[in-house]
Amino acid sequence: MGVEVAASSSRDEVLRRIRAAIADAPAVDATLIRGEWDALPRNYKRTASLDREAILEMLEDRLRDYDANVVRAKAGEVSAEIARILAERGKRRLVVPMGLAEALGESLPAGVEFVVDKGLTIEELDSFEGVVTASTVAIAETGTIVLQNVPGQGRRAPTLIPDYHLCVVRAADVVETVPEAMARLQAGASLATTFVSGPSATADIEMTRIKGVHGPRFLDVILST
Amino acid sequence: MSGAALDPRTAPKFQVAAKALMGDSQLRKNVRHATKVIQTKRAKVVAEMPDWQELRESGKQIRKHTMRHLDFYLEQFERNCTAAGGVVHWARDAEDARRIVVGLVKASGANSASPTEVIKIKSMTTEEIQLNKALEAAGIHAYETDLAELIIQLGHDQPSHIVVPALHKNRSQIREIFQREMNLPDLGGTPQDLADAARKFLREKFLRVKTAVSGANFLVAETGSVCIVESEGNGRMCLTLPETLISVAGIDKVVPTFQDLEVMLQLLPRSATGERMNPYNSIWTGVDKTSNGGDGPRAFHVVLMDNARTEILADEESRQTLHCIRCGACQNACPVYQQTGGHAYGSVYAGPIGAILTPQLMEMHHAQSLPYASSLCGACYEVCPVKINIPEVLIHLRNKVVKQQSSGFNILANPEVMALKAVAMVFRSEPVFRAAQKLGRLGELPLSRKDGQGEGWIEWLPGMLGGWTQVRDLHVMPKQTFREWFEKRSKDAAGRRAGDKAGKGSDDGR
Repeated sequence: MGVEVAASSSRDEVLRRIRAAIADAPAVDATLIRGEWDALPRNYKRTASLDREAILEMLEDRLRDYDANVVRAKAGEVSAEIARILAERGKRRLVVPMGLAEALGESLPAGVEFVVDKGLTIEELDSFEGVVTASTVAIAETGTIVLQNVPGQGRRAPTLIPDYHLCVVRAADVVETVPEAMARLQAGASLATTFVSGPSATADIEMTRIKGVHGPRFLDVILST
Repeated sequence: MSGAALDPRTAPKFQVAAKALMGDSQLRKNVRHATKVIQTKRAKVVAEMPDWQELRESGKQIRKHTMRHLDFYLEQFERNCTAAGGVVHWARDAEDARRIVVGLVKASGANSASPTEVIKIKSMTTEEIQLNKALEAAGIHAYETDLAELIIQLGHDQPSHIVVPALHKNRSQIREIFQREMNLPDLGGTPQDLADAARKFLREKFLRVKTAVSGANFLVAETGSVCIVESEGNGRMCLTLPETLISVAGIDKVVPTFQDLEVMLQLLPRSATGERMNPYNSIWTGVDKTSNGGDGPRAFHVVLMDNARTEILADEESRQTLHCIRCGACQNACPVYQQTGGHAYGSVYAGPIGAILTPQLMEMHHAQSLPYASSLCGACYEVCPVKINIPEVLIHLRNKVVKQQSSGFNILANPEVMALKAVAMVFRSEPVFRAAQKLGRLGELPLSRKDGQGEGWIEWLPGMLGGWTQVRDLHVMPKQTFREWFEKRSKDAAGRRAGDKAGKGSDDGR
């Protein structure tokens, strides 16, 4: 009880101080504030300026710049490409989110063990050689892939604990700029969302970029066209 | 400069601390190298953006708008975060915040295997309130998981930069720390070796420790979401794997809408680390217990902390200080910071932003030397992604410091203020001013020397005035002031006219 009283008085006190501090602002009314927000200047670039092919090439270029590997595959051949890359990497046991095959529109290749994450523990996730997922949207200008907690992408932990991530990006989901991506993400704004721009990295030691600290150290991307 | 926490209440004056640190040539070399590399990278990725100035303007306007309606947006955030299963706490000051976090950590330990440990994401806000010390005092060990913060923690050091806190250490110094503290006598010396050692050291903690503490980059009012921007993946580990997550955020961290992130997420990475986008951004909303065994922590707390931010909000001229998104670009660009490094500022917020933020967080009771830790060159303003006019605020704060020092009994303790008061008195009255000029000409006589051209120079002045002549000579006062010359000229002319009249009469007709 005592704690609750203290907590509510802290809240009241902070809000009281804020209101006293901004007494110069007009009276608070949600509609007025929304109107003011609507009128904020947004003269930065909010639409694409390149053609489709140039946008895809820019994404490939930026992803490679961040040490990710990128290949293209035609729709219908994605599964075969997954098999080829995993064989090349020597990966045989991977975790996948629920609904991956549906999201890709293709069944997963045979010859590799894919375990569907239905609430695997941290320890279980730690035992996999990698993870395969789809993605929601990709941003060419920044070389970013956005993952959300939806079928085909799943929870956040499976794309974090294993050391290898193979991610499929549909060409239709590639946009040029950050604002275009945010507009597409708005509908699922409250879903757990992760922006991935290349494998994990640090520059904390003498500003030298080192690939791979805690997240997956290896990122392969299949751009499905 | 290791051991004791950076506390503006006890830190020496900037000028004193800076002088001592300027003697550390290794430190200066490390700082110079790091700031130069980041500045070059930043310049390259900023130049890629034809709409950079438009982004800056939008960033500024979004921040300004948010501050004007801060109560509205915080309450909106609280409502939406709570509806999504998060718990929002409010803290008036650092002590409030520490007490709340320590209490939450203890409560989280009740049904956990490791109640005495937490993992932490780099957070300057928790550095500001010296949270680790408070946790330690409560028997809770905090593991810093950001590589730079780990270096600082294991080296019993203090952060010197808000984005790259260990930039004052080079690889061989870091190797020594890791060899000693991780018990790895054979550790190699390349950055890759060092990062690998950190990965191994921390991985076990990520998988085991059940409570995490973080800061926050942005709170989204519209959705109740929190956004954290990072590079290494240690952030994702702390945000995703533990059972309890506690995020400490200044009340200034809120943005109105999800869409506003499109501006911040373009400005911040390019300004902070010179990347088009940092490797990982996480955005999450409350808790998700339902999807597939749950995604992320089962308990999520946000601590909204004031700690003097409302004082800054109340000062219209320096309110823009709160617009800061903690990118550190001003630190890298500052010619003063480049020379001294961060520790001289005696605060976790160093550089230009620290020079305005720290004294205000101290409500101008401490760190009054920081507004003077600048040449007002304006480089900080130019690189600021949300266009904070730092020089303007510096001058405003200098004014506050002067007013503070020249009021009440402070005058007697401050000869500079006494002298300026005397000067003001002299300037106020014309006869006194003239007398002072005459007196000055007389007084300077024994100090002046003539140079080859017959010009008089003063090479040495006594007492406090000596600061001026330490690095330059002072010209002696002219024999005649302009007024004296003008009055004499008018008299002479009048005399001549009188003479002319007497001689030849008026010349009016020409």
